[in-house]
Amino acid sequence: MQTVKMVVTGPFNAGKTEFIRSVSEIEVVSTERKISSESERVKDQTTVAMDFGRISIDENLVLYLFGTPGQRRFDFMWEILSEGMLGFIVMVDSSRPETFREARNILETFRAYAPTPYVVAANKQDNKDAWEIDDIRIALRLSPRVKLLPCVARDKEAVKKVLLELLYSILEEMEITPSEEGYTSG
Amino acid sequence: MALKGNLRDFSVTQLLNLVNVARKTGTLVVERSQEQILVSFREGKLSFARNGAEAAGLTMVLYHAKKLNAAQVRAINERSGGMSDKELGLLLINSNLVSQQEILASLQTYYLGMVNRLFTWSEGLFHFDNDLLPPMDKITVRINLENLIIEGTRKMREWEQLQGEIPSLEMALKFSDRPGVNLRNLNLNADEWKVISFINPKNTIRQIAKATNKNDLEIRRIVFSFIQAGLVEMVRPEGVPVPQPVEQPEQPAPQTLPRINPAQGNKTEFKSLIDRIISKIRSI
Repeated sequence: MQTVKMVVTGPFNAGKTEFIRSVSEIEVVSTERKISSESERVKDQTTVAMDFGRISIDENLVLYLFGTPGQRRFDFMWEILSEGMLGFIVMVDSSRPETFREARNILETFRAYAPTPYVVAANKQDNKDAWEIDDIRIALRLSPRVKLLPCVARDKEAVKKVLLELLYSILEEMEITPSEEGYTSG
Repeated sequence: MALKGNLRDFSVTQLLNLVNVARKTGTLVVERSQEQILVSFREGKLSFARNGAEAAGLTMVLYHAKKLNAAQVRAINERSGGMSDKELGLLLINSNLVSQQEILASLQTYYLGMVNRLFTWSEGLFHFDNDLLPPMDKITVRINLENLIIEGTRKMREWEQLQGEIPSLEMALKFSDRPGVNLRNLNLNADEWKVISFINPKNTIRQIAKATNKNDLEIRRIVFSFIQAGLVEMVRPEGVPVPQPVEQPEQPAPQTLPRINPAQGNKTEFKSLIDRIISKIRSI
């Protein structure tokens, strides 16, 4: 049995756990704890180590989805989770511009860990306060080459589209990589 | 959809950059306690600004710019009646009291003063109204935002924030692909020009800092202003070996299973693997 993994990262309360839950075939293995900090009490629980979802591709291959903790004090987990990933998804809450800077920092941090392909998912696009995709792109200072995808994490089809776009990016990355052997992405 | 938030989380320079890059038309309304400033844009350029609901009249703007004295203002106000600013401007030009250039320069200074006030606001609710345009009777201008953004950035940034924005000095810089932006039109100081001259995907920010004799804070300040103005973007330095993810085939479940590492192995095999995942995800 072979396994591959993708990482879903992003700021606190961006919707990472929900995203994985939407497509995982198992109940998401979560390490959520009650939130102790008042300032972060926009939800009751948060991920402290990782979330873990699974999609069986076929008899011989399994895709694991790892969700990182969104709070900085658990960032020691990020590098561990990023090891060997196919690519990563940065989730951002479209309705909370106060988290855009953090999303940008997380993106840069993960780029430094591993230069694998990535996409950015602008979550909560169904929220009335959600920023437009074009505005989020500018706010996050994403180049036009970076895929920024509208998303609603509890909508399975939207989540599938984000995952597929990341996979297409991985394929595109391979096309521009010259060497046949010893393929490296980034 | 909404373009709204709080300056605490999304600064004025970031907003101006957004308006500039997206070439937005409309009015940015910023409010805090009892104050309100409205700044209007047309296709990404500053066109008009006012403090609160009432815009200052042209005579007052010219008075503050020392183009008219108090006696002239009184006399003009007595005679102008219900004239619009545009009509009044024509009257003043025809009377040889002020030139067209002086009117425009005074209005520019006034509008820029409003924006400069916003730079001192660290907090305040904002929203961008696409449908709110300057009153028809007011004189509008066209001011490029790049220099304004750079100036505002100089005023606002502090070390912690800079460090947050540029977490690593080991990244390199490249000029953004922005057609129509001419470096010669930008007001840069000698230090900034010096840094500009070293921008190259082969040079890390730390190397540029060393070459230009800047400490970490100084180089971050300069680079951040360039990034905010959309002049450069951070890239991985050319020629630097890409760090390879560590393969851990011996790790237990979910790491018990041998994991495929994209950084290794046969490309054809890897492509087949990705194709299999794509097929599966399409079908779920």
